[in-house]
Amino acid sequence: MSAFLRRFARNRGAVVGAVLLVLVIGMALFAPLLFPGSPWDMAGAPFQPPGEDGMLLGTDSLGRDVAAGIAYGAQVSLIVGAVSTAVALLIGVALGAVAGYLGGWADDAIMRFTEFFQTIPSFVLAILLVAIFTPSIASIIVAIAVVSWPPVTRVVRAEFLSLRNREFVQAAEVLGKRPLAIVLTDILPNALSPIIVLASLMTATAILLESSLSFLGLGDPNMMSWGFLIGSGRSVIRLAWWMSVFPGLAIFLTVLALNLVGEGLSDALNPRLRKRGAAH
Amino acid sequence: MSLLEVSGLTVALPPGGDRPNAVEGIDLTLDAGEILCVVGESGSGKSMTANATMRLLAPGLAVRSGSIRFDGRDLLRLPEEEMRRLRGARLAMIFQEPMTALNPLMRVGDQIAEALRVHGAGNDAARRVPELLEAVNLPDPRAIARSHPFRLSGGQRQRVMIAMALALEPALLIADEPTTALDVTTQKQILTLIREIQQRRGTGVMFITHDFGVVAEIADRVAVMQRGRIVEQGPAAQVLNRPEHPYTRALIAAVPQGHAAARPARSVSTETILQLSGVRKTYHRAGGWFGKGVAVPAVADADLVLHRGETLGVVGESGSGKSTLARCVIRLVTPEQGEILFGGTDLRPLSRNAWMPYRRQIQMVFQDPFASLNPRRTVGEAIAEGPITHGVPRDTALAKARELLSLVQLPPEAMNRYPHEFSGGQRQRIGIARALAMEPQLLIADEPVSALDVSVQAQVLALLTDLRERLGLTMLFITHDLRVAAEICDRVAVMQRGRIVEQGPTEQVFRSPRHPYTKALLDSVPGRGWVPPVAHGIDLAKSE
Repeated sequence: MSAFLRRFARNRGAVVGAVLLVLVIGMALFAPLLFPGSPWDMAGAPFQPPGEDGMLLGTDSLGRDVAAGIAYGAQVSLIVGAVSTAVALLIGVALGAVAGYLGGWADDAIMRFTEFFQTIPSFVLAILLVAIFTPSIASIIVAIAVVSWPPVTRVVRAEFLSLRNREFVQAAEVLGKRPLAIVLTDILPNALSPIIVLASLMTATAILLESSLSFLGLGDPNMMSWGFLIGSGRSVIRLAWWMSVFPGLAIFLTVLALNLVGEGLSDALNPRLRKRGAAH
Repeated sequence: MSLLEVSGLTVALPPGGDRPNAVEGIDLTLDAGEILCVVGESGSGKSMTANATMRLLAPGLAVRSGSIRFDGRDLLRLPEEEMRRLRGARLAMIFQEPMTALNPLMRVGDQIAEALRVHGAGNDAARRVPELLEAVNLPDPRAIARSHPFRLSGGQRQRVMIAMALALEPALLIADEPTTALDVTTQKQILTLIREIQQRRGTGVMFITHDFGVVAEIADRVAVMQRGRIVEQGPAAQVLNRPEHPYTRALIAAVPQGHAAARPARSVSTETILQLSGVRKTYHRAGGWFGKGVAVPAVADADLVLHRGETLGVVGESGSGKSTLARCVIRLVTPEQGEILFGGTDLRPLSRNAWMPYRRQIQMVFQDPFASLNPRRTVGEAIAEGPITHGVPRDTALAKARELLSLVQLPPEAMNRYPHEFSGGQRQRIGIARALAMEPQLLIADEPVSALDVSVQAQVLALLTDLRERLGLTMLFITHDLRVAAEICDRVAVMQRGRIVEQGPTEQVFRSPRHPYTKALLDSVPGRGWVPPVAHGIDLAKSE
C-alpha cells in the first residue's frame, strides 16, 4: 500500500487534486457548522459585493449568502457525483462482466443495448428523464446514472475479454470453481485498476451534469446547488459577477481535482505505463 | 584484423536492478565468414551485447566502458549520423519475432525496397527485391513481394527479415534468437539458410541463442555468458565437447538428451485409465457480412489410450492441435464428437455439474508460469483453493498446501507470498503443487517446461519424473520439443494438422519412425548429430 501511495505522490498534480478534493469534502461536511441556518434565508442586503457587510463572497439578488450557497451546494454535488457513479458502476460492471465472460449472443445483445444508449446524446436524455420524473435529488441521480454507465460496460467487457483467456482463469475452471466465483475472485480483482480510474472521472462528469441540470432549473428545488447559483446569477451577471463566478470556480476546481486524482490513480495503478522506455 | 572486436564492454543497469552491470568486461572477436554463437540463459546479457553493438540500447542503459571496433572504427564513439549510415548497410540485424519486426501495413516488397532506398540504392529496388526474396528460398518472389506480412507464415516472415537484412550485403549480421519463435522444421530451414548465405557472401554472423542444439548445428565459435560475463569462449567443437567452465558443463548437462534408449523402460500396468476415440473439435471462424466462414479442424478423429501410471507424450508443431486435444480431455474445450472414456465413463456428454467429481481426478499444469497464477492471490491460497472448492475444510487444505510446497521443493514461507515474488521455475512448481492438491489420478501437462530456461527446465522435468514415481501419476504430456518428450515419456503420439499420424513406445518412434512427418520432425531436432559429452563422454562433434 505504501508503494502505491509513493507512486501516487510522484504525480504532483494528483497530490494537488487530492488536497482540493479533501477541502471540498470538508466544506460539504462542515457546511452546517460554518453557516448555521438555511442557505435559502436572507442574510443581508441584496447585491452586496464580496467582502462587504460581513459576506465573504457577497450576496445574491435576494440577499442570500453566496458563500453559504457554495458550501451547501458542495453537499449536493458530492452526493450526486458519488451515488450516481456508484449506480452507474453497478449497472456497467454487471453488464460488462456478463458480456465479456459469456461472450457469444449474450455479448452481442448487451453490446447492441449499450450502443443504443450511446447513440442518444446523454445530456438530452438526462433532461428528458428528469423532466418526466419531476426534479428531485433521486431522479437526478437516476438520470445521470442511466446516461453514464455505457463506457463502464465497454471498459469492463474489454478487460474481461482479455482476462478470461488467461491461464489462471482456465486453471480456476479446471479446479471446478463456479463461474460466479471465478468472475468475482479471479477476474474482477484483476480488472479493478481501470474501473477505479474511470470512476473518478465519471464522478467529475456527474458533477458537471448535475450543475448543468440545475442551471436549467431542473435541480432539486429543496437543495441549494452550484448550478442553481449560476443559473440565478445569469441574468444579473453584469451587475453582480460574483453570483456566477464563485460557484463556477467551485465547479471548475472540483472537476479539475477529480481529473487530477484520476490521472494520479491511473499512474499509481499502472506503473508500467509510466516507466515506458526504461529498462526491462 | 578481425571484423568485429569487442573489448572490455561494460553496460550499466539502472540503479535498483539485480546487479550493477547488465554486461561486464565483454571481450569478443568475430572474423569475416565466421559464425559466433553467444549462448546463455535469459537475463545473461546476450541480447544486451548485440544491442550495444548496433547502438540500440534502451534508454536508461549506458555503456560505462570498453570499445566495439568494427572495421577498425569504434562504433561507440561514432556520431549518430555515421552510425545510421552503417546500420543496415554494413551492420544488419534480425530479431526473434518477425511479426513485430515487420511493418504490418506495408507490403513486404516495399519494406525491402525501403531498406535499399534509405541507403541510396533505391533505383535498383525493382530488380533487387525479387532477387533477394529468391536468395532466401521463397517460392514465387514476385507474389510474396506484393503480400502483407500477415499473409505469410512465421518462417516466411523470418526469411523476409533475412532478405531485408542482407539487402545491402552487410559485412556483419547480428541474429538475436532468430529461430526461437519458429517450429523445429522451419527452424532447421532457417538455420540452413543463414549458414548457406553466410558462406556464399563471407558475412560475419553473431548468433544469439539459448539453445545448445542450435549452437551445435551452426556455430564456428561459441561464447557462453552467465550473469553479464563471458565465462567460456572457444571453437564450437571444443566448448561443446570439452567444456571447461562449471557453468558451461551444467548447461550442457541440462540439455535434454533426445535419445530415449538411454533410459530404462518403466513397468506400466495394463489398466486403461483414459481412452479417446474419434474425438473431433472444429473451430469456426465467422465470415463477416460477405463471404463464408471458415471451418478449421483443430482435432480430427483422435484415438488415444492411456494406461495407469504411464506418461504419454503428445508432440507436434504449433497449430497441430495438441493443446486443443488436452483441453478437450479436461473440458476447457468441448469437442463436438467422439468418446472420452475416463475409468469407463464417457466425459464428453456430461453437464458442468456432472463433471465436478472428475475435476478432482484430472488436473492440469499450464504452460506460462507467469500467466497461470492469479497475481492477486497468495501462493497458499492458490494451492488450497481447489480442495476448498470441493468441500475440504480451510485449515486442512492450508496444511496440505504447506506439505505440497515442501514436496515441490519450495520453502513453507512461500505460503503467504504473491506469485510475482517468484522466478519462472518456482512459479511452475507452484502450478504443479496446485494441480497435485486435488490428488488427481491423471495429470495433464501442457508444455510445462517450454517457457523455462534449460537448467530450470531440467529441474522441473526431474521433479515431474520424481513425483510420478512417488504418487503413481498418469501423465498426458504435451510438448513441441522432441528432446523433452524423449526424456520423460513412455509412449508418444505425433500430431500433424489435427491428426495423430503416429503413436507408439518412445524408443520405437524415435529410433524407427514410420510416418514421413515424424521423420521430418526428428530430422529437424537441432544438434541431432551432437551427443552432449557429460552423459556419454564420446566425442561426436558435428563437423560441417
